[in-house]
Amino acid sequence: MPADLFAQALNGLAYGVLLFLLSVGLTLIFGMLDVVNLAHGSFYMLGAYAGLSLIAGTGNFWLALLLAPLVVGLIGALVEVSCLRPLYRRPPLDQVLLTFGFIYLFEDLVKWIWGGRIRSIAPPDLFSGSVSVWGAIIPSYRLFVIVFGLVMAVMLWLLIERTRLGAIIRAGVFDAEMTGGLGINIKLVFTTVFAFGAALGGLSGVIAGPIQSAYPSMGVAILIPALIVVVVGGLGSLKGSLVGSLVIGQAETFGKAWLPDSSMLIIYVVMATVMLLRPQGLFGRPLK
Amino acid sequence: MTRRLLGSALVVVAVALFPLSAGNYPVKLLQEILIWGLFAMSLDLLMGYAGMVSFGHAAFFGIGGYVAALALAKSPGLVSALVLPALAAGLAALVIGFFSIRVSGVYFIMLTLAFSQMFYAYAFQVSWLGAEDGLVGIPRPVVPGANVSSLRGFHGYLLVVVTLSALVLWRIVRSPFGHVLRGIHENEARMEAVGYAVDRYKLLAFVIAGVFAGLAGSLYVQFNGSIGPDAFFWKTSGEALLMVIIGGTGTLGGPVLGAAAFILLQSLVSTYTERWMLILGGTFILFVLFAPGGIVGALRGRVGLRA
Repeated sequence: MPADLFAQALNGLAYGVLLFLLSVGLTLIFGMLDVVNLAHGSFYMLGAYAGLSLIAGTGNFWLALLLAPLVVGLIGALVEVSCLRPLYRRPPLDQVLLTFGFIYLFEDLVKWIWGGRIRSIAPPDLFSGSVSVWGAIIPSYRLFVIVFGLVMAVMLWLLIERTRLGAIIRAGVFDAEMTGGLGINIKLVFTTVFAFGAALGGLSGVIAGPIQSAYPSMGVAILIPALIVVVVGGLGSLKGSLVGSLVIGQAETFGKAWLPDSSMLIIYVVMATVMLLRPQGLFGRPLK
Repeated sequence: MTRRLLGSALVVVAVALFPLSAGNYPVKLLQEILIWGLFAMSLDLLMGYAGMVSFGHAAFFGIGGYVAALALAKSPGLVSALVLPALAAGLAALVIGFFSIRVSGVYFIMLTLAFSQMFYAYAFQVSWLGAEDGLVGIPRPVVPGANVSSLRGFHGYLLVVVTLSALVLWRIVRSPFGHVLRGIHENEARMEAVGYAVDRYKLLAFVIAGVFAGLAGSLYVQFNGSIGPDAFFWKTSGEALLMVIIGGTGTLGGPVLGAAAFILLQSLVSTYTERWMLILGGTFILFVLFAPGGIVGALRGRVGLRA
């Protein structure tokens, strides 16, 4: 395999893994709460900026990687309890619209606190160089992102398939009302899942920082690819989000290299094709 | 009914006379409100009456705009300004609608979003549409009996087009067709069972909404003299959605009020503070939470959390 092709594939993989971390939160929130969280890109952006400040404050990337998602998760919990909870008995589209409002709110808040210009984030010292893999020069941070993302995928799988909390979440995704009827505090589970999803969004923001820098419209820019991943993979499906993000990651990266004139078009064509042939997505439950 | 007609007529007269007593900037703001109001009304036909929430309505706004820009550059007449953009947007709506109405709810949102983003991606990258910069220097049409190139001449022309469009939309929602759309909104399965060809009604509503969105896009190009790929961007669809919600869904007049609120907020607040997006987002969130009927609903006394 030629070296540049391999480098492209690795870049696509790093981007795909990033999309996976972001879309898992989106798909969990949808599966559980039936809410398409349009503010998910905002959580990603908040994560990047929280990471920026935490790195500046503590001088330690790893500490920021741990703390920034907690901050964003807390913000997510606040949003769920204060604004989403009163809306669950309304038509589900009201909640989608509400999260749309938060896009404006958060983007302007970030501009207010951090200013509007692009802020670069340095990778941790450990991964600041490049390595040569089979003749291709790859920034070592990207390799770290790939490994980190795959480890996270396994851990999420274990969490959801092998723990009691995971069982509750799966039950809630399947039938929230019934799960509540079995004596589970479903309100608490809703808040937890929303906060957890937001934290994952924040985590992917910190991870993306050294690759894409932090800028206020980064949330709006990443939201659509993340939504596409979720729709292609199947709303509410963890496996779908993994496969979807890897497919979209490669499609976008190779599109840019091979079809520079219509690279942006490709992911939308992939999405529309999947939706027309299989509206529920690759791994989604069939539509009623 | 007569009272409402009379009220609407008064508003039209007031809008028509506005340039006599106001400076250029307020007149321009009012013109922008008229254009976005028409765009929001066309979305309201879909959302408020047929119950189809689209996140890709910008596709038709953009198509109308780009077609008008290309046609006006060739021959600046009314056919280029009004007929071709509306036809093109209607045709696009027929194709996009044909595929999109097969799904509903969140999936409908996503599919319409994907289609409009396709246009965005395409317009952003191809040179014949000016790529990232879009098309600029578009001449205004030559309208018999009016000097459209002047601000006040354009005002009259714009008001006539928007008022006629609003009248047509108003007739549509009051017609038997409009009542079928409402029935579909309330209970699609029942309408199907009663014997209505639900899909055909939805598709027709989608096309009509597309035609008027295209018209709004075309007017926007004539107002601005330029159009860029942002016309297709999903935030444009989102802003129209904001206007409809803030104004009041399913009221037709409400979205125009919503457009007015949005544009005034954007231009007035931004002269005092840079934080207009914060205020806009906050206002929108408060409306969704506490006044789901929008401004019109609030005026009618439906305020407060509604289960």
